Amino acid sequence: MDIFLQQIINGLVVGSVYALIALGYTMVYGILQLINFAHGEIVMIGAMVTITCINFLIGHNVNLPGPLLLALGLAMAIPVTMLLGYLIERIAYRPLRKAPRLAPLITAIGVSIVLQQAAMMIWGRNYRAFPAILPSDVVEFGGASITTLQIAIIALSIVLLIGLFLLIERTKMGRAMRATAQSPDVARLMGVNVNNIISLTFMIGSALGAVAGVLVAANYDQAHAYMGFMIGLKAFTAAVLGGIGNLGGAVLGGILLGLIESIGSGYLGDLTGGFLGSQYKDIFAFLVLILVLIFRPSGLMGERVAERA
Amino acid sequence: MSIARYSMIAAAVLAITACGKQEPAKKAETKPASAPASAPAAAGDTIKIGYAGPLTGNIAHIGKDLEYGARLAVDTFNEAGGVELAGKKMKLVLVAEDDQGDPKTATTVAQRFVDQKVVGVVGHLQSGTSIPASKIYSDAGIPQITPSSTAIAYTAQGYKTTFRLIANDAQQGKVLAEYAVKTLKAKKVAIIDDRTAYGQGLADEFEKAAKAAGATVVKREFTNDKETDFNSILTSIKGTQPDLIFYGGLDAQGAPLKKQAKKLGIKATLMGADAWQTPEFIKLAGADAEGAYASIPGQPKERMPGSKEFLAKFKQKFNTEVQLYAPNSYDAVLVMVEAMKKAGSSEPAKYLPELAKVSYSGGVTGPISFDAKGDIKDGAITIYQVKNGKWEIMEVVGGAAKK
Repeated sequence: MDIFLQQIINGLVVGSVYALIALGYTMVYGILQLINFAHGEIVMIGAMVTITCINFLIGHNVNLPGPLLLALGLAMAIPVTMLLGYLIERIAYRPLRKAPRLAPLITAIGVSIVLQQAAMMIWGRNYRAFPAILPSDVVEFGGASITTLQIAIIALSIVLLIGLFLLIERTKMGRAMRATAQSPDVARLMGVNVNNIISLTFMIGSALGAVAGVLVAANYDQAHAYMGFMIGLKAFTAAVLGGIGNLGGAVLGGILLGLIESIGSGYLGDLTGGFLGSQYKDIFAFLVLILVLIFRPSGLMGERVAERA
Repeated sequence: MSIARYSMIAAAVLAITACGKQEPAKKAETKPASAPASAPAAAGDTIKIGYAGPLTGNIAHIGKDLEYGARLAVDTFNEAGGVELAGKKMKLVLVAEDDQGDPKTATTVAQRFVDQKVVGVVGHLQSGTSIPASKIYSDAGIPQITPSSTAIAYTAQGYKTTFRLIANDAQQGKVLAEYAVKTLKAKKVAIIDDRTAYGQGLADEFEKAAKAAGATVVKREFTNDKETDFNSILTSIKGTQPDLIFYGGLDAQGAPLKKQAKKLGIKATLMGADAWQTPEFIKLAGADAEGAYASIPGQPKERMPGSKEFLAKFKQKFNTEVQLYAPNSYDAVLVMVEAMKKAGSSEPAKYLPELAKVSYSGGVTGPISFDAKGDIKDGAITIYQVKNGKWEIMEVVGGAAKK
């Protein structure tokens, strides 16, 4: 039983990170019907900037407690990724807003490759170790163990999710975002600056991505220029699973995907008698993606696509 | 394969290099010109041995190190008046060529050796160059002894001319497993590999040897060489409570694996092979690197049986320290000459059978004999453990190391 509990915990930690990233995909999709494939790279750059920043501070003998150093790193990374998100939308997507939907999709893939290569030029090809500034105390309960960092990851994800929901449901800006998602033209008629709202959506999504990137890097103690690709793809799957365009769906999809992956790869070997081993961990995400696309294209909580078009 | 076809390929390759680079082009012009001049001598009173390795580029220092090793052996023989074969004193000549650590250049160099009628080759440095070159040596019937290439594939091609003076990856897996079971007293082991040729090869050998030594393999898990999340694998391994976890793969995966194992409260010892034994592993794993085991084929130069005299001679002659595998290339020349003495001839066809069954004990690295594939028997492997943030030597297994 403790093994099962441990796999649940593993899944929750991974899943809450997926959820944070999936929100970035789903927010942009909700407003532009665009899949921003460069989002995974934003996650990676968030992690890289934070690591560089913390290393810089440590290198200059700034003696602060670990969480504070991390906060400073994040305080640097979030504006950088927000600016990047803004620029990507402004340069790569806005000129194509009236173009056929395939064009911005291909541009998105192009932006993703450009960012990945740029990161490789800046930070090199090697794995970068995440500075050992955070306590890695292990809490045991019920035979399973969880680190304080992992508890913090889940807690921080929940706080950010609640904050985002409040922002969207309770503020004037959130109402403008919802209006733009429903119909940009009508929103414009009502005096909403649609361009600003779209930029803002990219920036909020990027900020969440940066936090997620730092959490991933801190949890696995390393980051590298390619890390955004796979995690971006998984989070995208989570967004589709939950119903792309639906914020609650992104969270549900993220958590579910994390659990499916963790439990699936933990027991796959035993279930198939060693025929399929844990190296097939990554297939779960894509198996889920295929199944969702076949049987429920709008996702678990998604609205019907037809209403949108 | 006809000579005409060979020379066409060689000509094509030379033409390509001539277009690309100035330096190799010059070499290509001068070398064949000098070859006919010395060719009669090769049949007469000199023995021409080739050395190939990277003499330029980022690992040139290791390549040069090997060349010095071979050169020291050649000079030692010549200073003693040469080698006596069938009652005739012969001088040794070492022809050193730069393969640039590049597989394509390695085949060009190999072909050049064949054209120059060298009777044996010491090299190449890496498996990536030794393997493509070995086909050419095999076709020409020239014995090749690599001092340093460890890939299993090198001697597994079925060529009679390939030999090596270093423990291969399979032997490494075996030694690690025996160390784990016998010295570290691991009864239950779990094995993870990254499904690459290297990682899987090592893990398979480890599994075989661990079972043979009496341990139970409680779990065999797999990952890939890009993964960073091992939590679910480690969790299912944790349930089987192994004493030791072996990972066949690279340091970039090994480091997070080690850290995550600690976070999950796994008490088992973690062990990897030579791709773990890097400063990078310690950098990535930080304080959690403590206690990890890994190995490197070969032995520390200070611990080799003939090291004291060799290191002094080397230093005196080249005014530099031994980098890595110079003793192996020194021994490669020694064992080659030993086989020639036994055969009474420096003709490859005559001394090759003697080389295959040689049993030589005068080397720097220890006694040398080869198994059926051409791998050194009982090659030395050094086992390390991370202590206080450094890889410390724990034990040298195999070879004739001084304890």
